[in-house]
Amino acid sequence: MVPKIAEHPFFFTGCWELREMVGRSARDEQQLLEAIEEIPPDSLSFHTHSFFLRHKYIAGPYPNDFATWAAIQVRDRVLGEKLGILDPYDFEDLEALRVEIVNIIDEHLSQLQIIPRVIYGEPFHFMQSRIIEVPTGLEARSLTEFRKILATVDASAVYYHNFEAILRLGRRKGDFALWIEEQLDLPELAQKISRIDFYMTSLESVRHRIIKLCDEVLSKEVRE
Amino acid sequence: MSRLDDYRELVPKGTVDFLECLAEQVKGRKILHINSTKLGGGVAEMLRSDVLLLQDIGIEAEWQIISGTEEFFNVTKSFHNALQGQDQHVSQQMLDAYLEVNRENARRLSFDADYVVIHDPQPAALIESRPTQGKWVWRCHIDISRPQWKVWSFLKQFVVNYDAAIFSLPRFAQRLPIPQFLIFPSIDPLSDKNRDLSPREQSQVLSRLNVPTDKPMLLQVSRFDRFKDPLGVIQTYRLVKKHHDLQLVLAGGEATDDPEGKTVLSEVREAARDDPDIHILLLPPDANLEINALQRAATIVLQKSLREGFGLTVAEAMWKGKPVIGGSTGGITVQLVYGVTGFTVNSVEGAAFRIHHLLDNPEVMTKIGEDAKEYVRQNFLITRNLGDWLALMSYLGRAS
Repeated sequence: MVPKIAEHPFFFTGCWELREMVGRSARDEQQLLEAIEEIPPDSLSFHTHSFFLRHKYIAGPYPNDFATWAAIQVRDRVLGEKLGILDPYDFEDLEALRVEIVNIIDEHLSQLQIIPRVIYGEPFHFMQSRIIEVPTGLEARSLTEFRKILATVDASAVYYHNFEAILRLGRRKGDFALWIEEQLDLPELAQKISRIDFYMTSLESVRHRIIKLCDEVLSKEVRE
Repeated sequence: MSRLDDYRELVPKGTVDFLECLAEQVKGRKILHINSTKLGGGVAEMLRSDVLLLQDIGIEAEWQIISGTEEFFNVTKSFHNALQGQDQHVSQQMLDAYLEVNRENARRLSFDADYVVIHDPQPAALIESRPTQGKWVWRCHIDISRPQWKVWSFLKQFVVNYDAAIFSLPRFAQRLPIPQFLIFPSIDPLSDKNRDLSPREQSQVLSRLNVPTDKPMLLQVSRFDRFKDPLGVIQTYRLVKKHHDLQLVLAGGEATDDPEGKTVLSEVREAARDDPDIHILLLPPDANLEINALQRAATIVLQKSLREGFGLTVAEAMWKGKPVIGGSTGGITVQLVYGVTGFTVNSVEGAAFRIHHLLDNPEVMTKIGEDAKEYVRQNFLITRNLGDWLALMSYLGRAS
């Protein structure tokens, strides 16, 4: 099999997250619920997605800030678990995700006599992301080049082309899978990449999994 | 002096190249930092590295200092204490003196820059003299979560005229009509406090400090201040000592601005009396190598604060791969991801339990130390600070 050369190269873009404070905080789960209903989408995204930009190597207790706060600061592990299992990629957009989070908290509170609140811990401070796109100047025209650059590019590029592309830019498959399918004509590899569970891991782990999948295809090309 | 390339091996892969790409968006622009001191304190230490790295990456970075009378600095010291929640008497005469010195400095300084960053309250009123061009940012390094209202409302009239404000923790944010950004403080991995030490250097420093190395060491580096809970640390050590033969080192300076400092130190000495395994070290403010050597020699590092601003000593110890147990307060909770990069605790018993747990499970200690170092590499190194400045410049440039 002759390795395919893309007509349009893949341009690697990284990003830098500036963290802006919304100026709102919650001391109990009712306040958390009310704030989640009203915060801007960029804030919802900050607390459910860009978590990975801040924890590139280490998966924290839960992959979203609401779950971690409930479990660690309020010490309500039940709500932490309910929110922690949420996968934002199951939802069409941020508004659908917002509705689900509100429903989970609302249902949880309806079963309690007392609203759980912070006693010893920190209040929840709402933040929002200001994502600065950073073109890296790196481009790939073949799977070999793609794999080589992916191994060394800043981890924020992994975030940008998967999390940011899917969530805010509406490219549901993610940029890597889309380019590999359309430009390299490797639909099977593209499908495997888009099936990776981005949400339950770290950026480094996502990077390694994609590299491993690329290596499988590349070694097959060499054998053939 | 260190340059960006010197950090290449210490920061996450691709970071330096990535920062160079980010800098392309603002290359050639001028940023002017203004604060009130060139020497001493964390702000000056951080600015020195920041300015060099910004220049190295193609930004025209400049750093200027305001000058002031003794009366002015007494006033700003009162402001500082009041903003951090201490009750202070602030008279109209003091406010006038503050404004007069700011106006004098405004006549002397040139604000010809694309971005002017004013650090802390001392020069905050310079905004009165801002020219029409350029974005002005107020960088607040202190904890103003519970300010004395009179002083904050006086200062706020200036802060609202900036284009943005920066705080070190979300809970320091205030009700302001301008964007407020979060930028964590950072450590310089190439400074004397954090650079690698050879075993020989380390043992020379420890022997100079008369600290033995024959027993596992618990260490807390902090001022002798009630908020750092040094007596709680001794109680913790005693609980652990029942089962483990170890030593405790309490190292730090006196809080010169805290009249209670001497009292706390004598209480600590009294509590440690007759125990040859407790070492109390009173260090000068520039004892960077000493702190470095102690942190590297420690088995477990404590920062059992009851109240804390950011607590960068935690990041310093984490950078050296040490497991840290810290009080569940302020910036410590940001640095110690519970059970992953360290442990936060709320009591003497909690701290003692975690020390037991770690000493009995050395593999957990190793894993936490490794993850802690990676976490600092990602979040609390000076290169991250550089990226935040570049991103902020880019963002504010676009906003205009």
